[in-house]
Amino acid sequence: MTVLFGQLFTGVSIGAVLLLIALGLALTFGQMNVINMAHGEFIMAGAYTTYVLQQTITGAGWSLLVALPVAFVVAGTMGVLLEILLIRRLYARPLDTLLVTWGVSLILQQLARDIFGSPNVQTRAPELLTGNIALPGGLTVANNRLFILALALAAVVALTLALRLTSLGRRIRAVVQNRDLAAVSGIPIARVDRTTFFVGSGLAGLAGVALTLLGPIGPTMGTNLIIDAFLVVVVGGIGQLKGSVIVAFALGVLQATGEYLTTLSVAKVMVFVAIVAFLQWRPQGLFTLRTRSLA
Amino acid sequence: MTAVAGPPVTDLAPDASPPPTVRRPRPRLRAAAGFALGAALLFAVAPLVLSDFRLSLLAKYLCLAMVAVGIGIAWGRGGLLTLGQGVFFGLGGYAMAMHLKLADAGPGQMPDFMQLYGQLDELPLWWRPFASPWFALPATVLLPMAVAFGLGSLVFRRRVRGAYFAILSQALAAAMVILLVGQQGTTGGTNGLTDIQGFFGYDLDDPVNQRTVYFLIAAVLLALLALARQLVQSRYGELLVAVRDCEERVRFLGYDPATVKLVAYVTAAGMAGLAGALFVPAVGIISPALIGIVPSIEFVIGVAVGGRATLLGPVLGAVAVAWARTALSERFPGTWTYLQGGLFVLVVAFLPGGLASLLARRNGLGPLARLGRRRTEVAG
Amino acid sequence: MSLIRGRRLLAGALTLVAAAALAACGSKTTDTDTAAGASADVSGDTVKVGLLNSLSGTMAISEVTVRDAIMLAVEEINAAGGVLGKKIEPIGEDGASDWPTFAEKAEKLISQDRVAAVFGCWTSASRKAVKPVFEKNKALLFYPVQYEGLEQSPYIFYTGATTNQQIVPGLDYLKAQGVKSVYLVGSDYVFPRTANKIIKAYAAANGMTVVGEDYAPLGSTEFGTIVNKVKASNANAVFNTLNGDSNVAFFKEYTSAGLTAATMPVVSVSIAEEEVKGIGTQYLANQLTAWNYYQTTPGAANEKFVAAYKKKYGADKPTSDPMEAAYVSVHLWKAMVEKAGSFDVEKVRSAADGITFEAPEGLVTVDGATQHIAKTARIGKVGADGLITEVWSSGQPIKPDPYLKSYPWASGLS
Repeated sequence: MTVLFGQLFTGVSIGAVLLLIALGLALTFGQMNVINMAHGEFIMAGAYTTYVLQQTITGAGWSLLVALPVAFVVAGTMGVLLEILLIRRLYARPLDTLLVTWGVSLILQQLARDIFGSPNVQTRAPELLTGNIALPGGLTVANNRLFILALALAAVVALTLALRLTSLGRRIRAVVQNRDLAAVSGIPIARVDRTTFFVGSGLAGLAGVALTLLGPIGPTMGTNLIIDAFLVVVVGGIGQLKGSVIVAFALGVLQATGEYLTTLSVAKVMVFVAIVAFLQWRPQGLFTLRTRSLA
Repeated sequence: MTAVAGPPVTDLAPDASPPPTVRRPRPRLRAAAGFALGAALLFAVAPLVLSDFRLSLLAKYLCLAMVAVGIGIAWGRGGLLTLGQGVFFGLGGYAMAMHLKLADAGPGQMPDFMQLYGQLDELPLWWRPFASPWFALPATVLLPMAVAFGLGSLVFRRRVRGAYFAILSQALAAAMVILLVGQQGTTGGTNGLTDIQGFFGYDLDDPVNQRTVYFLIAAVLLALLALARQLVQSRYGELLVAVRDCEERVRFLGYDPATVKLVAYVTAAGMAGLAGALFVPAVGIISPALIGIVPSIEFVIGVAVGGRATLLGPVLGAVAVAWARTALSERFPGTWTYLQGGLFVLVVAFLPGGLASLLARRNGLGPLARLGRRRTEVAG
Repeated sequence: MSLIRGRRLLAGALTLVAAAALAACGSKTTDTDTAAGASADVSGDTVKVGLLNSLSGTMAISEVTVRDAIMLAVEEINAAGGVLGKKIEPIGEDGASDWPTFAEKAEKLISQDRVAAVFGCWTSASRKAVKPVFEKNKALLFYPVQYEGLEQSPYIFYTGATTNQQIVPGLDYLKAQGVKSVYLVGSDYVFPRTANKIIKAYAAANGMTVVGEDYAPLGSTEFGTIVNKVKASNANAVFNTLNGDSNVAFFKEYTSAGLTAATMPVVSVSIAEEEVKGIGTQYLANQLTAWNYYQTTPGAANEKFVAAYKKKYGADKPTSDPMEAAYVSVHLWKAMVEKAGSFDVEKVRSAADGITFEAPEGLVTVDGATQHIAKTARIGKVGADGLITEVWSSGQPIKPDPYLKSYPWASGLS
């Protein structure tokens, strides 16, 4: 029972990390069909932001709190720059964005190596987040995992509310549903795209801050993470966040269970097989936007 | 959905093709001249001007170019952005390497790494057929084709396409690497299969034999190019481009786009498998590092740099990218990744037709020139 | 095919050229003056050596510092007059964390630059990839990292620890501490899998039980499940052979699960001072490591090494075991060459036996038979300042035994 609960929680927290990474991707992929391979490097930017802030703000707790908005802005700005300089030119060729941003990610990794050095750097986590909460029955729940779960859920809620209630959100939804009609109705598509890219990349920055609590902070930290995140977006379905949310947690639990029963390697392969099987059933993902276009 | 550059390069565009009566012999002649030029470069010029070391590097690049020919068909013509070609390259490579390892070990013996890391008492069952060249050699091509057929028939039938297909094929590469690495005792794990000494009785350390391997690779590449040309010029080739540009219309015309795509995907997989098989004697190693996400993306980038929708573009691009990687990293060991990344970005973003379009533009070469100039459109 | 439209006229000429060149080529293939066993070029007043480390990709986190240490040794030797009166000219190449690239660059260094020796490689996979290249060309590689043993190439000198100089002493230490059960955690590649095989054989012979064994793919940063399993196992100790980034994630997870050095100590064999800096002492306090060298190792040679390193690369840069082994390897090569009186590979090899060097880790001796070096084993504890202090040492250098032939319990392993 203890083990079962422990694994369930592990799965949910893997899902939370996936979700945090996938949210930004879901936004940009959903709206612009852009496959941003440099998303992982925006995560890295967020993590290094935390590191740099800790050099000036010594209190671990405070620096983490300050890092959240700062990393959002840093990564978001990088995203906007990428959009203006490159991606804007590629909207007619969405698959090519994958190759271009791959090149960008190579450059950003080397840049990080030259600025911060090749070895990993460390950040101090606040004491509050290194411990765990003991539940009755010998169960423990790690505080950093809880924090990330809360952060991911907060991001989902904030994003959903923003999409539902603000005028920017309405514009984004309009563009996602029908780009041409939105343009015809006077929505400044280019500006909406840019804003979406800012928010999507900013979310990667948030994920980077969160990941300093879990993993390494180094030049290649982003590369391992985004493949799974892309799978989440694809399986979740484009254009809606709820698909990504459900799939992130489902994949997390599936992987944790599979890993517990076998090994991590086998679990990863299992997840892949499950995804292929799932796409047989729902080729456009869990939730699809109904449109009248053919392809 | 797919948005691959430009109009079909087959002679569909009326302004580009001469009247039908004169048309037949000319492309043949052009092709013959092309192959003569290629053969001259590969068989005569390269061996004359390159040292043994550089020639063996060229052999390696040409193997990558074979993969590129396949990607040119699947992606350039068919619009299938396959980010998992490393898997097929690896299947071919492993099939060949398994045979060569067994041949090195001698009859009834096990490859060295199995005792060291696997503590196996006897050869695993699935290794055994590879002892025979009559099984191993066909397997280098048929195994990748079978896997591609399996995955492709599932995926295309259900109309998984565009970015979905790209990401799925990428995940396949990741899964394949994890699978191989996990089975260290029988696959060599991250090390892969290394230290391959002989190639059907010939000692691979001998520079003369290395040179022969190079000639073999060059010949196979030319043969694949001829095959690819036949394919894209056939009615099937036109259908494939049609599927790329508007799948639904092809469906309404009574064709099954899934089958059309499947053929292209399986062909590309077979070419990648053959490339992997020849890579092994040329380089002497096959490892998961060659088949994962990164090399798979690099295959595609080579094709994009060269010019995806042309016949020769992918080959030139693959060789150019691999050569640039070697040359830049030798000259600038600390900073070459900037240059490599910058090259990818600049070419893909600002030169959608690849380097081939540059060449074509300057010489005013018909359809290719348009490919670079014309803004591409999203079909469907 | 459209690419060559308009060159029809050229076709005939090209065919002619091709035919002529093919004829020329036929004669070319027979003369093999480009020697396979490329010998070093020592004609000038410098001698070239190759440095082969990953400067990009995932392994750069570790290998860049090794490159730095090699460069330090090269500079020291050059400042003192070079080797046999020749200044060393280092030629650096980037292995890019990719094994076939390592092989390509090794070939380039040997056959094109004609270096006298190559220093580098980190992962076992990269070593396995370059081994045939060095053997084919009869060229020398100095490999500076602790590894899984079971190898003895005539053209490789192993200056890091083999298993009986690191893992076995680590196990002896645990046994002396009364550890009865261990949990094995490792990255999924050759070193951890082989190390764990050895550990299991040792445990079986020494009354220890291995209560669990888990592998994470290289670079994996998700350790929730593994730590859950470790925690549930109630093992006395954990033997950790994880590599690189995975260590960071593992220890962060380990700490937040409430496990500490006091409750369940972890012995790590791939965490040196540099990695401690990347993980953070907050997660590593009092955990154990097994190495042959620490920055805190006493002795004049080490004080000099640490001071020189910090002067060159910055006061905040720690020194570590692989860096020290790499630094030592250059000095050992110099001593071998000077004893042989020649840069010739075979002469250098036969001069190797018995060469000693007052290394930062203490006196090391080259064992000519195995081409490994005798090293002192040291168990250390991570302190709050990020440095590792020795808690146990073998006292004297341990003779290398890559195939563990002198250990009866290991008879079934190789």
